[in-house]
This record gives sequence, structure tokens and C-alpha cells, in this order.
Amino acid sequence: MKPAPFAWARPAGMMEATRALSETDARAMAGGQSLGPMLNLRAARPATVVSLAGLAELHGAEDAADAITLGAATTHAAIADGRTPDFAAPNPVLARIAAGIAYRAIRTRGTIGGSLCHADPAADWLVTLTALSATVLTTLRALPLDRFVIGSYHTALEPGEIVRAVRIPRPPAGARFGYHKLCRKPGEFAHAMAAVLVGDGMRISIGAVGGPPVMLSHPDQAAAALDFLDPVDRHMQIVAMRRALAEAGA
Amino acid sequence: MTHVRRSSLNQGVGASVPRLEDDRYLRGRGLYVADRRPAGTWDMAFVRSPLAHARVLGISKPAGAEDRVFTAADLAGVLPIVANSALPGFKPSVQHALATDRVRYLGEAVAVCVAPTRAEAEDLAEQVVVAWEELPAVSDMLAGREPGAPQLHAHWGDNVFLETRVDLGDPTVRTGAAHVIRRTLRTARQHMAPIEGRGLVAEWDSRQGQLVLQTSTQMPHIVRTGLAGCLGLPEESVRVVAPDVGGGFGYKGILLPEEVVAGFLARLLGHPVRWIEDRRESLTGNANCREHHYELTAYADATGRLLALDCEATVDAGAYSIYPFSACLEAAQVASILPGPYDFAAYRCTTWSVATNKPPILPYRGVARSGVAYAMETMMDAIAGACGMAPDAVRLRNLVPPEAMPFDNITAKHFDSGDYPQALRRAVAAIDLAAVRAKQAAETGPIRTGVGLAIFCEQGAHGTSVYAGWGIPMVPGWEQAAARLTPDGGLELRVGVHSHGQGLETTLAQVAHEILGVPVERMRVGHGDTALTPYSTGTWGSRCMVVAGGAVASACTELARRIAHIGAHLLQVDPADVIVADGEVRGPHGSVAITEVARTWYLRPQDLPDDADPGGLELTAGYKAQRDSGTFSYAAHACTVAIDTDSGAIRILDYAVCEDGGVLINPMIVDGQIIGGVAQGIGTALYEEMSFDAAGQPSAATLADYCLPGATEVPVLRIDHMETPSPYTRFGQKGLGEGGAIGPPAALANAVNDALRPLGARVDRLPITAHRVMAAILAATP
Repeated sequence: MKPAPFAWARPAGMMEATRALSETDARAMAGGQSLGPMLNLRAARPATVVSLAGLAELHGAEDAADAITLGAATTHAAIADGRTPDFAAPNPVLARIAAGIAYRAIRTRGTIGGSLCHADPAADWLVTLTALSATVLTTLRALPLDRFVIGSYHTALEPGEIVRAVRIPRPPAGARFGYHKLCRKPGEFAHAMAAVLVGDGMRISIGAVGGPPVMLSHPDQAAAALDFLDPVDRHMQIVAMRRALAEAGA
Repeated sequence: MTHVRRSSLNQGVGASVPRLEDDRYLRGRGLYVADRRPAGTWDMAFVRSPLAHARVLGISKPAGAEDRVFTAADLAGVLPIVANSALPGFKPSVQHALATDRVRYLGEAVAVCVAPTRAEAEDLAEQVVVAWEELPAVSDMLAGREPGAPQLHAHWGDNVFLETRVDLGDPTVRTGAAHVIRRTLRTARQHMAPIEGRGLVAEWDSRQGQLVLQTSTQMPHIVRTGLAGCLGLPEESVRVVAPDVGGGFGYKGILLPEEVVAGFLARLLGHPVRWIEDRRESLTGNANCREHHYELTAYADATGRLLALDCEATVDAGAYSIYPFSACLEAAQVASILPGPYDFAAYRCTTWSVATNKPPILPYRGVARSGVAYAMETMMDAIAGACGMAPDAVRLRNLVPPEAMPFDNITAKHFDSGDYPQALRRAVAAIDLAAVRAKQAAETGPIRTGVGLAIFCEQGAHGTSVYAGWGIPMVPGWEQAAARLTPDGGLELRVGVHSHGQGLETTLAQVAHEILGVPVERMRVGHGDTALTPYSTGTWGSRCMVVAGGAVASACTELARRIAHIGAHLLQVDPADVIVADGEVRGPHGSVAITEVARTWYLRPQDLPDDADPGGLELTAGYKAQRDSGTFSYAAHACTVAIDTDSGAIRILDYAVCEDGGVLINPMIVDGQIIGGVAQGIGTALYEEMSFDAAGQPSAATLADYCLPGATEVPVLRIDHMETPSPYTRFGQKGLGEGGAIGPPAALANAVNDALRPLGARVDRLPITAHRVMAAILAATP
């Protein structure tokens, strides 16, 4: 379980990072919590691994009237510990999601941008931030999350394109957030999960479905929208959704 | 000398002495195989089959690396691993250290690459090109028994290592039984997952003319015997050293193909080679235990009395018969121990050990017992349900009563002592069954409570009389220990068993302290080196505290006699008038410290009595229990669970264990054994499963996919002890290292099914996952 040989690049700035990632078979690494194991299993065999964790441009956070923007290299632990801005809807939304990701050791290194780029269908950020209508800010463009993640472990990123930050719109006044996931044990990936934002309407995001989250505007749509799952998995997804909705008071 | 307590320090039998080994374990100062890298060591990486069943048509070594890549053709003179059994009808397998023309499970090695680092060796390994011809795989044991199934071992005619049949007792009791109850149960294939995987460093010692193999094993002497045989070396040319070992559980009770390859290469290459198993190798090629299938029929009368039990048990034995335990130990155990702690009149059991394209089966902590206790205790609850009885009442109706002890059961197991009903009553009282029943009666919402019981006995330290009949490569005989008093009064003990978490460095010292009164801090327990320790079959079968403890007691008793003799001379009194106690020889009018006796023997021999034993203060002594059919510890487990009937999630609310391990040498260590065992049993019950697809591909390559219980899944246990002495062992102690792992699948399955009963749902398969619970509920929902 040792990685195949690869070159290690530590760019000093965004331009250099962009150049390095434009090369053939270059892969970006932030916290390395997903790519690291894939390298060790030789499931990923990039020619070059480009380390982004130290780039100042990817750190920092902005707390504006209409949105919170978090640098892509912000760790889950920083968010969980309340070191970054958060929403109260009615409780701190982001800190609570971050605290439920895997285990502390993983949260200490894993990043919000890395998680979105990895695009694991059962990732907490993907499901949560899709419900919150987040936008991914890259070196080239701003992409709504539901257009950024286009498949299981698959994003719209172009070679050389780097996720700089994620912009999360402030939920409308009075909107309530709910989240529920079913896991084999705490810290494991969920087998059923839902994030909901309930305000004037509903944004229901159902994850761990083998691809990007399934988005619904009403719970009654769930059975039909999830008919590709086996009946037990579908049932559990609907249970998770109902519990997320209940938490949001819907 | 008769045995009386001879120490005023609280360090003898029965004392919860903090573990002497924990200082190094807890500070990260243990020395494991992977900590050892002699100068000039190269790493090995194996080329392993990506297919479960295939012909090897050819292997191409990378150009320019021919001298760093080795295949079966390069292992001149190396013999295959063959582990026969004398049981009639057993079909042996032949396992080459590197596969020759055929591979029979995914992960089987076909070539090995050596390089200065593991990473470079892996780079080389992926350049080795193997031409495979994939063959249809046997990935399911039941399918493997069907006519027309693909065959693993061509000359066999079928895929059955061994079929056994017993038909015992009075067959007529089945006729007219009030209740005839059938169940089909299945357990999963598991991976044992010690924290430290396997690993080894092999080096040719030119001074001694010896292959020195440092390996993470539970049985260094057995590995030496097997390895010498495969390499064609005399045993004195092989030394096996097991340093600190980070967990065994049976995973390291085996002669490994990797050990054979490394032993050969170390000599061939003239420099050390090492192999440290990584987690992927460990998971993908070594999910190697526990997979059973049961067809059970219980016959009971209207009062809940079990009259007869019929069982057809199939065990998935994997591709090869492993050395030394063979492919049929598990199934042979199933047939003989299924009756558990119960007394009934008639028993039929047929077992099949089926060869499949999976890793060869190894005995895992509790060997077959976690499966059979699950089977038997499921039937007890089924009888209770049929008769409208409480689960404790039906068991009390059928347990062997204390007044019948010692008791020979229907399969001729000799239960040495105990009060099984009392253990059950105490466990049931601990969880307050009546209160749980009242709570259940009031439940209307989605959360449902269930109660589960399990009671079982655990045969430990079984010896010659048991193993000789199986005729496998290893039969335990007399166990020995060596003891040496040092010139300044310290004590060195050396034993052939190995301690890898059991705390034997402490408990064996406690046994010696019990007899000599030397403080345990002045002792060293040496183990894990064939050059230094007496021959032993090693650590398995909950035997060490009985047999190695007995041997240490024998050695120290003889040492005490010699010490007393010299001490009496120094005191100028008759040897009959002295005793050894508190680290000194006491006479009628004075005493002399053991330290002085030691100094006299080593440094002032002119002061010795003329008739001093010339063997001096160093000796080896042996031990065998008065009856070697095994000690029978036993335990009752009682638990309550809460099932979320919407999500299928299971939460353990309470878990109580009442265990009788006879006289406990160190109760704190016993509690640790129970806690650790229960944690593993919870894994068997609720989490752990390596499934294989139709092509024989395993489902998990990382611990993200193979789900082990962790701190959040193991409740705080409530442990209660009974201490009924074994009549046959040195201090009345019984083997109990495995019991914790045996009970949880039975107790938890019964608890889950108790909770599901009002919904008309039932799960008859391990592990009981949320998905299986939910599937059962949905299937039962109109």
C-alpha cells in the first residue's frame, strides 16, 4: 500500500498552481483525506500531486450581509470549532455539519473545498451546501453547486481550474435548516441522508444516492424520485428526509 | 510442600496486579516486527491474484529485474504446505508458498519482488505480468456442495474437505414431540483485524548457521516445525522469534506461505528480507473466519424440555487446509459443541467443510462457538416462543444442573464443574427482566426494546486426549516452563506460549510469586523465542493460564524445594522444618533471604550443603492437567437493545455478563479479556461482514468498507464473577480468553428478534445490520 511514484509540487501562488494543474495527469491535494488513501491504494496515479493547502488565497472567510464565503482550504475542524462565520438557522448550521464529518483526525486535515472537489455522493458538505444553494468560486468562474458536481466523484472542473472558495447564501429570515443522516456508526459515511431548508418553499437535498444529491421541493416527490433505489434504501432515505424536515419544523 | 499462601505482598493468585507489560505498550515502546530492520534488509512485495479462481498460464518478470522477482519455479526444494487430518474421509489440499499453475482465492501469492524499500518492491510487483485464465469460482459454500459446481481440487470429485455425521442418544424421543421447530441461520465471513497485521523479518545467521525468522505469531515453535519441513532444513537450523505481537485472535496461529518464501529468500539472497502486511492485503486476502450455515430442528415437549436437536451445518472452509489447525477444525467443533450447556436425549449433526474460492479458514477467538451459541440460543428462544415460556425459564428447564457436575454431555464433553443456572439467574437479575417486560408492554412508538439471553460453556486448555483424535499436525502434550533464580535473587521464567495482549507476563509472574514470594517486579517472563523457551504448541484455545500457569507452578515448586534445602543448611536446621515464604526461607528460629540462597549457589558454592541438588537454581518442569479433556468455563450474557423500527438502527442499552472462570489469577485481566471479547462479539453480531460476489471478489479493501465496532459501539459492560474451581487444574483456574466473543451474537440476535416479535419480523442472519432489520420489518408489514 505505497503510492506509485509521483512528483510533488508546492506552488507558491495561484498562478503557479494553475500552471502545475494544467499539466497532464496533475491532481490537486488540499487535506489529502480522500486522495491520500487513493494514492496508497494506487487507485489514483497522478504524475504530479499539487499541494494547495499552503496557498493563502484559499484560506480566510468573509461574512457578508447576503452570504458567507469560506476559502476552499478551510478545514472541517476550523468550521466545527466556530473559527469561521456561521448561520444561525436556528442553530449554527455549518459548525454542526462539520462536527459530524468522519473523525476528528480527518476533520483536522480535510477541507471544505477538497470535499466538494472529491464529490463523494455521501459527503456531508455536498448534500448540505446543495440544499443551501451554495456556489463554487473557481479561478475561472462561479458555478452553482448543483452544476459543479455532475456525477459520482465527478465535477465540472477543467484542467488547471482551482476551487478558490465556496459562497453560501444567507438563508432568508425565518428559514429553518434540518439535517439527518443514517450511518452504520458515528463517523462512517451515511447510507441515507438529507438536508432541508424550509422557508417560503422547501429545498430538500437527498444524498448517498450514488450520484449528485436528488433535489426535491416537496417530500411527496421522494418516493418517485428515489424509485431507482431498492425498497429498503428508499425507505431509509425517506425516513432521513422526514427527520430532517421534522427538525426544520416542517 | 502443600500449597499455602506464602506472601504478604498482594501479588499472588487472585490479585489484580496492574499489567507489567502495559508500561511499554501504552507508551509506544513495544518492539514489534515492523520496528526491526537489520542492516541490509530489503522489503518484499507479493504479486497476488486479482482473481478468485484462475489458471496461471505464465508469469513474465520485468526485463532487467529477473534477479529481484521470484516465482514458484525459483523456490528450489521448497515443499508445499500440507495440513492433514486423521479424521476419516478428510481430503488434503496442497498449498504452494507461491502458486504454481493455479490460484484458488483472491490474494493468493504467485510471485514476490524484493527491493530496498517496500514502495520500490510494489513498483516492481506491478510490472510483473501474469497471464491468467479465469475459471468459474465457488463463492458460496452451499452452491459449492451442489453437483456440477466448479471444482477447486481436481482429484477430489467434489468440494468437501470433510463430511462428519453423528447420531447420538435415543432416536425415539423425537416421535410425538409437542413442538418441532425449524430454523435456518447464517453467519458472515469475517476478518479478525488485529491492530498489528502479520509481518516478518527473515535473516540467515552465518555464525549459528541458522535461519532467524522474526515473525508476528502466536506459536513460534509450531511455525519452526512447519517451516523447517517446508524448507527442508533440520529444526536446529531454524530459529523463530516472535517479538511483541499486536493481537492474535487466531489470525497468527498459522504457518504462512509468506514465512516460507522469506525463509528461502533470506538464505538465497544473503541479506535479510522483510514483509509487513498492509491493511489491504489483510482485508482482501484474509477474511478467513466464522462463516457458517445451519439447518436446525429442535424437538421439545410442551413444558419446554428440549428432547432432541438435529443440525446440518456447513462451514465455508476456503481454499486450503491451513497448518497446523487444518480445514476441518471449525466444523468438527460445531458438531461436538453445539449442544452447549444443555442436557438432552438425542442429537444428530452432519457437517460439511466446504472448499471455496476464498481465503483458507482459520480458528478465530471462540472457534466455532460464537456460531453454535447463536444457533443453540436461537433455538432456545424459539422453544420458549412455542411453549409460551420466558426465555430464562426455558433455559433453566434444560441446563445441566450443578448437582450433576462433573457431567459428561451427549457428545462426551466432560463439564468439569459449575452452576450454570445460577449464572443465568444472576445475569437476568442484572438486567432486571421484569422491568424490561413492563417497559415493552407500554411501548407504542417506533422505538422497541428487546431482551436477549445467551448461556454457553467454553472448553479451554484441551490437551492430548482431545487433539490426538483429530490427527492434525499439532497435538499438545506436556507444557513446560523454565525457571532460573539469578545471583541477586531475581527470577527469570521462560515459556513456550506467547503473550500478545493476554497479560501473561503479569499473570505467570503472579503464579511464581504465589509459590516463591519473589516480588513480581523482580521477575522477567521470557517468551516468543524458540532458542530460549521450551517447546510448546503456543497460544490458542484459552490454554495458557491453565497449562503455562501450571508449568510455571511446577517449575517454581521444584525451585522452592531446592531453595529450601540450601536455606535450611544455611540456617542449620532440618529441611523439613523450613518453608519458603515472602522471599525468604523460614526456619523455627530464624530466616534467610532467597537472595542469600542465590548468592550461595552462584558465588559461594563452598557454603552449600554436600547434598545440594546439582541442577541448582535453574530448571525446566512440565505440567499436564489431572484430566486434559479441558476446563469448562461458562458465562451467561443478558442484554437489552432498542430498535428504531423506522430506520432499523440498533442501540445496545444494557449488557451484563456473569462469567465463571474458576479461580481467577488476575480478576482485572479477566475483566479486560471479557470486555475485549464482547467488543469483538458485537462486531460479529452487528457489524462485520466480508461478502464475496459471484466471481469471488471481496467487498472491502479498506476499513471504510469493513465495519468494525469502535468505542461508540461498545457499551459499558456490567461483569459479575462466579469462581467455581476446576477440580483438575493447579489452582482451580479455567481457560476463559475467548468467552467474551462467544456470547454477543446469540444474546444480541435474541434481543433484536425479541424487539421485532410484536411486528412479526425476524432476522436469521449475522451480522444484524440496520438494512437487514429494515428489510425484515418491511417484509412483515402488510
